[in-house]
Amino acid sequence: MEKFILKYFNLLRTIIAVLIGIVISVFLIFLISRDPGFSLQQFLLGPLLSRSRFSSMVEMASPIIMCGLAIALAFQARQFNVGAEGALYLGAAVGTGFAVSTAMPGFLHLPLTLLVAGGVGALWGFLPGLLKARWRGSELVASLLLNYVGYYLGLYLINFHFRDKNAGYLVSYQLPKSAWLAQFIPNTRMHWGILLSLAFAVLVFLFLYHTTSGYEIRMTGANEKFARFGGINVFKVVVLSQLLLGLLAGIGGMSEVMGIHRRFNWQSSPGYGWDGVVVAIIGRNHPLLIVAASFFLAYLRVGGQVLNLMSDVPAEMVTVIQSIIILLITAEAFLAQWRYRITVRQAESRGEAA
Amino acid sequence: MSAMLQSILSAQFGFAVLRVMTPLLFPAVGVAISGLAGSVNIALEGIMLCSACAGVLVSAFTQSLWLSLAAGLATGIGLAALLGFFHLRLKADIILAAIAMNMMAGGLTIFVLFLATGEKGSSSSLTSLVFPLVHLPLVRRIPVLGEILSGQNVLVYGAFLAVFLYWLIVFKTPLGLRIRAVGQNPDAAQSVGINVNRTRMWALLLSGFFGALGGLYLAMGYVSWFARDMTAGRGWIAIAAASLGNNMPLGTFLSSLLFGVVNSLAIYLAPLAVPSEFIQMIPYVATALALTGYSIQAARRRRKL
Repeated sequence: MEKFILKYFNLLRTIIAVLIGIVISVFLIFLISRDPGFSLQQFLLGPLLSRSRFSSMVEMASPIIMCGLAIALAFQARQFNVGAEGALYLGAAVGTGFAVSTAMPGFLHLPLTLLVAGGVGALWGFLPGLLKARWRGSELVASLLLNYVGYYLGLYLINFHFRDKNAGYLVSYQLPKSAWLAQFIPNTRMHWGILLSLAFAVLVFLFLYHTTSGYEIRMTGANEKFARFGGINVFKVVVLSQLLLGLLAGIGGMSEVMGIHRRFNWQSSPGYGWDGVVVAIIGRNHPLLIVAASFFLAYLRVGGQVLNLMSDVPAEMVTVIQSIIILLITAEAFLAQWRYRITVRQAESRGEAA
Repeated sequence: MSAMLQSILSAQFGFAVLRVMTPLLFPAVGVAISGLAGSVNIALEGIMLCSACAGVLVSAFTQSLWLSLAAGLATGIGLAALLGFFHLRLKADIILAAIAMNMMAGGLTIFVLFLATGEKGSSSSLTSLVFPLVHLPLVRRIPVLGEILSGQNVLVYGAFLAVFLYWLIVFKTPLGLRIRAVGQNPDAAQSVGINVNRTRMWALLLSGFFGALGGLYLAMGYVSWFARDMTAGRGWIAIAAASLGNNMPLGTFLSSLLFGVVNSLAIYLAPLAVPSEFIQMIPYVATALALTGYSIQAARRRRKL
């Protein structure tokens, strides 16, 4: 048992943090709601009980996975670039512009549109990366500012150049059918973009743990000085990790547009980039854990929406809970005493046996 | 165009600059003092938001300025203490912990606002108070300068005072000496008996104090209501302002002033026919450019050493 705890300590710690978050949300619901039992049931079971809600949970996980992978690439290199939000928004806006103003067969249109969005996103990740690598400027602050710039730039593009004036509300023209990601389960909104994001999770996993560049990224993150002495091109790592961040975020945003609404309809930023930060922290920057964390976050989100609709508890409760969870997970010393005690006890018992 | 130029060269513009600068200067001072101690508080965006919300709600329900000031300050300092606890005691990475707190602030303020008013956008259904305007007795008589300086919200003068207070703390008190020592070399500071964690905690609490004032001004002076995400990145711009000013009092003040001028220009240019998205982008682009320029300069200086 104790060996098991030691081996999976980080995972257990994460699970405990998540449980604490859920306990707090139960507490909040009891504090606020006039009918807490019903509200609680809606919150925890709501996302699972209907086909459409389950579908919206799965489809919501997709851009979150992409942004989580994106952020993880930068965080693995200890680059605090949080620019996924801006890269996703601007990338999707430009990608939409590209898709609606070009005509070509689907086998070209689909990948090219994703590539354009990813390319613009990559540029958005590259800028803070360059600032950091070349002049040691703060990539954190730069990416935060670029989030705003990307948002307004994307909004301008859509509202002034690609806006469908006949739609009745502020959205872009509809994408041509050749740039649609189709549904793979009929009568739901689950589209190929979801499978694409799962494929990317595997790709990023292979990249980080089975390629030289991935090793360099992790090594730089673990100890930059050591990496430099070991002959790793830190400049390249810093720029590449953030460039890839933008690339993934851009593709994630675009595939959402291509798979669900087929129009760009975000008048305000959708927040997936920040969700990406959350799942990267919960999943401790590991691509496969990030997938699990994304489904969990999407589950909470949809639960929050159901709660908002069906009861008197606002959906923002989920934001509060998720922040508490990641705050606990980032706290290195949280439960460290527990591990320490087990380690000591094990060492002692081994000493007695000898 | 010439009318535009005239309005920019007028005293009203100077007046507007001070108004716009204040919610940048307070958090910039907060960032600076924590940065000087070596634990940069990047949670000021969220701290300002929470303090603004607390101030507005308390003033609406008690109709007392003093109580809402107290509530805003307590919220800001309390959140800074929480950040300090997680960073210093629980060994959380301060950047990640601060990101979490900013996120929490965004949700929590809407959550609380909804419970208090039933709305999620703004507190416009409540009658909340604002801090009073102050007419400076002698200064108001001076032409031009009087028009710029006099008649501002009391917290605008408070922001100037904050810079002075910051200078006083950092250069004239034992705490300030400890803060500078800890920021420059924590190990050396520790070796002469300075409690590094306690010093950093003090710096964080002070940063929460200044950030809270910025938030209070925003919702109870700059405007007279609370709106979701009303800080709109001012906490981030403040980080840039503090680093441009090398975390020093005068430097932080000057860079905040610079951003104040740029942001006021953006407001003045708004009626021009350009798409409003570009106008709204100006503060962030300007800050990003300033940060880049500063980083290049700093890199050159390092190379010379």
